[in-house]
Amino acid sequence: MTALFYAAAAVAVVATLLAITRSSAVHALLYVIVSLLAVAIVFFTLGAPFVAALEVIVYAGAIMVLFVFVVMLLDLGPGDGGGERRLLRPGTWIGPAVLSGALAVEVLWLLSRGPAGPAPPGTVAPRVVAMALYGPYVLGVEIASMLLLAGLVGAYHLGREDRP
Amino acid sequence: MTTMPAAVPLGHVLALAAVLFGLGLAGVLARRNLIFMLVSVEIMLNAAGLAFVAAGAAHDAADGQVMFLFVLATAAAEVSVGLALVMRLRRQTGTLDADAADRLGG
Repeated sequence: MTALFYAAAAVAVVATLLAITRSSAVHALLYVIVSLLAVAIVFFTLGAPFVAALEVIVYAGAIMVLFVFVVMLLDLGPGDGGGERRLLRPGTWIGPAVLSGALAVEVLWLLSRGPAGPAPPGTVAPRVVAMALYGPYVLGVEIASMLLLAGLVGAYHLGREDRP
Repeated sequence: MTTMPAAVPLGHVLALAAVLFGLGLAGVLARRNLIFMLVSVEIMLNAAGLAFVAAGAAHDAADGQVMFLFVLATAAAEVSVGLALVMRLRRQTGTLDADAADRLGG
């Protein structure tokens, strides 16, 4: 578990460093997604499997895909035409592929240890998180729902076309 | 660290969170492209969530993970409004340079 943490941490730092230094937005987003996947493995090694799953589903799956959609909508990058050919050049995907390959090796190593037995001590089960979330923290859930509603209305208002 | 047998020391996790936060901060300060600035803010939020989860794991409590869920909701709301603003700015000024937005009010 400890070696797993250090490997995932190294992948996260390298991917983040590469992400903020890219000149192309799509390349940077690929590296950020790899970085979030690495942080998900870090969460898993910390004994937080529920949060690790949420990191993959919500952060890498929803928020980053929203970024990718907007970048595609804005049509960034030099010139059009041959966009797919440019994206499929090895220089574009070899870096993220190597980094996420390292993460895949870690996951395969975890799976190869056979079916997971009882959770190791130190793991906080999703049930405990849910009891805390809807117990003492239920007011925070309500506030988060209002915040998300405000974000939805605000994004709709800002994003609509100007009517003449 | 009696609650986490054979686990990573809390200091190392917090160091990782600090490094990720510093990288995000450097991204916000150094880049002028609004997409990159938003992504860097996401990295910083994620690092803060990592610190929450690490502290929760060190005390064997669920509160850290609950706080991460709130960070997640905040990040989702922030990024939806932020990306709407980016598209609005791009439509009005034709650029994604943050310095182009120094004059507000259309």
